[in-house]
Amino acid sequence: MSDAVLETRGLSKAFGALKATDEVSLDLRPGEIHALIGPNGAGKSTLIAQVSGALRPDRGSVRLEGRDVTARSVEARARAGLARTFQISALAMEDSVFENAALGALGASGRPWRFLRPVARDAALRDRAMAALERVGLQDAADTPVSALSHGQRRQLEVAVALTLQPRAFVMDEPMAGLGADGSRRMTGFLDGLRDEAPILLVEHDMDAVFALADRVSVLVSGRVIATGTVAEIRRDPAVQAAYLGDSA
Amino acid sequence: MIRENVLNAGILLAFAAVPLWALWADEPFTITLATRAAILALAAVGLNIALGIGGLVSLGHAAFFGLGGYAMGILAHHAQTYAPLEIGPLTIAGTKSMPVIWITALVASALVAWVIGKLSLRTTGVYFIMITLAFGQMLYYFAISWSAYGGEDGLSIYVRNGFPGLNTLVPIQFFGLTFAVLLAALVLFAALRSSPFGLALNAARQAPARVAAVGLDPARLKLVAFVISGAVTGLAGALYADLNRFVSPTMFSWQLSGELIVLIVIGGVGRLMGPVVGAALFVALEHWLGGLTEYWLIALGGILLGLVLFARGGVIGLLTGKAGPHV
Ligand SMILES: Nc1ncnc2c1ncn2[C@@H]1O[C@H](COP(=O)(O)OP(=O)(O)OP(=O)(O)O)[C@@H](O)[C@H]1O
Ligand SMILES: [Mg+2]
Repeated sequence: MSDAVLETRGLSKAFGALKATDEVSLDLRPGEIHALIGPNGAGKSTLIAQVSGALRPDRGSVRLEGRDVTARSVEARARAGLARTFQISALAMEDSVFENAALGALGASGRPWRFLRPVARDAALRDRAMAALERVGLQDAADTPVSALSHGQRRQLEVAVALTLQPRAFVMDEPMAGLGADGSRRMTGFLDGLRDEAPILLVEHDMDAVFALADRVSVLVSGRVIATGTVAEIRRDPAVQAAYLGDSA
Repeated sequence: MIRENVLNAGILLAFAAVPLWALWADEPFTITLATRAAILALAAVGLNIALGIGGLVSLGHAAFFGLGGYAMGILAHHAQTYAPLEIGPLTIAGTKSMPVIWITALVASALVAWVIGKLSLRTTGVYFIMITLAFGQMLYYFAISWSAYGGEDGLSIYVRNGFPGLNTLVPIQFFGLTFAVLLAALVLFAALRSSPFGLALNAARQAPARVAAVGLDPARLKLVAFVISGAVTGLAGALYADLNRFVSPTMFSWQLSGELIVLIVIGGVGRLMGPVVGAALFVALEHWLGGLTEYWLIALGGILLGLVLFARGGVIGLLTGKAGPHV
């Protein structure tokens, strides 16, 4: 029907009586950054979990490049071209920065069943991992264990791992969280260029970043999308102002 | 890194030196103890693949140790009674050849590990520990009731099985053989750990959601690790049975599964040489303290407690001054 890279239709998920996701239909078009905003507990992460496959919806569907992936696992969706970053960094903490990036490269290669030759001697893996680290500025920290990284560096590594996948779509859950003004600005600049490689569904609380980056914004409140539109449209929308933006609009 | 390599080489040299000294001093029993330590180390190197890299706390690895033991016992029993083994339409001659027995032990343990792993890996944490324990106990009781192969009394094999080019009845030669197998397993462990598979498995222990998010299936990685792990422990079981020329259901006992975990924790979880140091200490303490008092396990418990509380990397972590990668 559309040329959307990623699309949800009537997605619904309840936790007991709580409707965490309520008839959500969204799409992510080529080349765009589609921001998903909403107050704490609105259901953004729950929606991301259903898009990425970690959580089964009660109803509705998820399509990736036109194919219905609703019943497919996280791994299958990743192999089909979906790369997500986590709100709370999910990295192998004891491993080095390089090893975490190499894991992404290994996933992208689809060939984990190699038991004897060291990763360090696999030039293709190494180059792909290092290229991603360089893009986020972590190349000098390649040998540092993740546990020794600053919070901001971990956010960068999250993005670097997603980059190694060379995906068809990015789904990012609060990549700026806890970055500080400076880090936020740098990440904003980086994501700005990234949309040309693959569109980004961006969950973000940082309104400066959202307003600077988003081609379109969807506002989620209590599991429902109450508005979708350009930044200007969203800022003007009275329902959004009432429900969410309040005085900051 | 360098220091750990130097330490590792030193440990192996010391390990090999003990039976050589015993040969010179004419202390054959010490050679037997060293052989026992090498075999327990081999079993624990196998467990260390699942436990140390994959984070799978299996309290049922005696299942594979016992299977390896019975693979040896059954094949050698049929060889010494000249009665072929009949499974349905198949007739298999018994054998006294170690290579054939080893392959049987490896294959049988791998197959059973696949089944146990497939069923156990649906669970995690304490449930995984309990379900692997339950499978181990199932095999234990099965062995007890298996009267064709001695039931509770087990099976005695009169002459140690043979290996081409060696006289396995000579203690130092049998030690050399087990030590070579241990070295091969250590090479395998080191290779696995730094391979693409090892990278993914190591990450699956720490951050399974991340592994799935890059398109790899953490459960399958762990299953394959469990199969390799079980196979190595099964091979150790075959050697252990050959050391004692005897197999019995106690090879399946949960105490043995527990001891394997204990000696990995003592040596250092996930460390290449952790199982070797742990097994050597375990056998040495068992011999010396066990000769002094029945309560030697209390001393072992004290050492274990001290290491867990104050040196989470086990003895290897303590000696290299690096905290363990994990416990
Ligand atoms: N597994 C679960 N079981 C029960 N309730 C859940 C579960 N996961 C999330 N919830 C609830 O669903 C609602 C939406 O949570 P979600 O984490 O998706 O919000 P969010 O928009 O990402 O919030 P934040 O901005 O704080 O990250 C919350 O009320 C949360 O408590
Ligand atoms: Mg959230």
